[in-house]
Amino acid sequence: MASSIRVRAIQNGDVTDVQTLIQHPMDTGLVKDPKGELIPAHFIQRLTCEHNGKTVFLADWGTAVSKDPYVKFAFKGGAKGDEIKVSWVDNKGATDSLTAKIQ
Amino acid sequence: MPIAVTTTLPDVTSIAFVVSENPFALAASYKIPEGTIPAVSNRLKMAKTSNVIALVESGGKLYSVTKEVKVTVGGCGG
Repeated sequence: MASSIRVRAIQNGDVTDVQTLIQHPMDTGLVKDPKGELIPAHFIQRLTCEHNGKTVFLADWGTAVSKDPYVKFAFKGGAKGDEIKVSWVDNKGATDSLTAKIQ
Repeated sequence: MPIAVTTTLPDVTSIAFVVSENPFALAASYKIPEGTIPAVSNRLKMAKTSNVIALVESGGKLYSVTKEVKVTVGGCGG
């Protein structure tokens, strides 16, 4: 099954730059569908990035984060060829994760 | 709308974005463990023109910077 997560991790000197794009509706729960009914809130609540078993980034998101969220961050201590794991949990309890190599 | 925060403050432990006129003002909050660079870029939805506040927790203290962002046509939920 294809992942909802895309990760690009590039090593620049001693810093690993990470960009991630996730496919997710991020519905606020405030928008009505064409029938006039509220589309229930459906959004990623927590996104985690781990490297060598250590959490290097943690995001707590609300409904204001855009659909198909993109986030960019950087950390030290990584190296080309290392693996990082990006995972998320949404308010319905669904999860996904992806492991990618640092380039 | 895209938003990015960088800081030169030392010992940053967390960064948060608050959109004052949004129905749920706290838009996003990030934990910055030791070894992670205190810089984050993201995209946020805004209901209408409002102040966007970036909060940075450094050395146990909170620092903030505010910018007014105008919403022209549409916004969200409209």
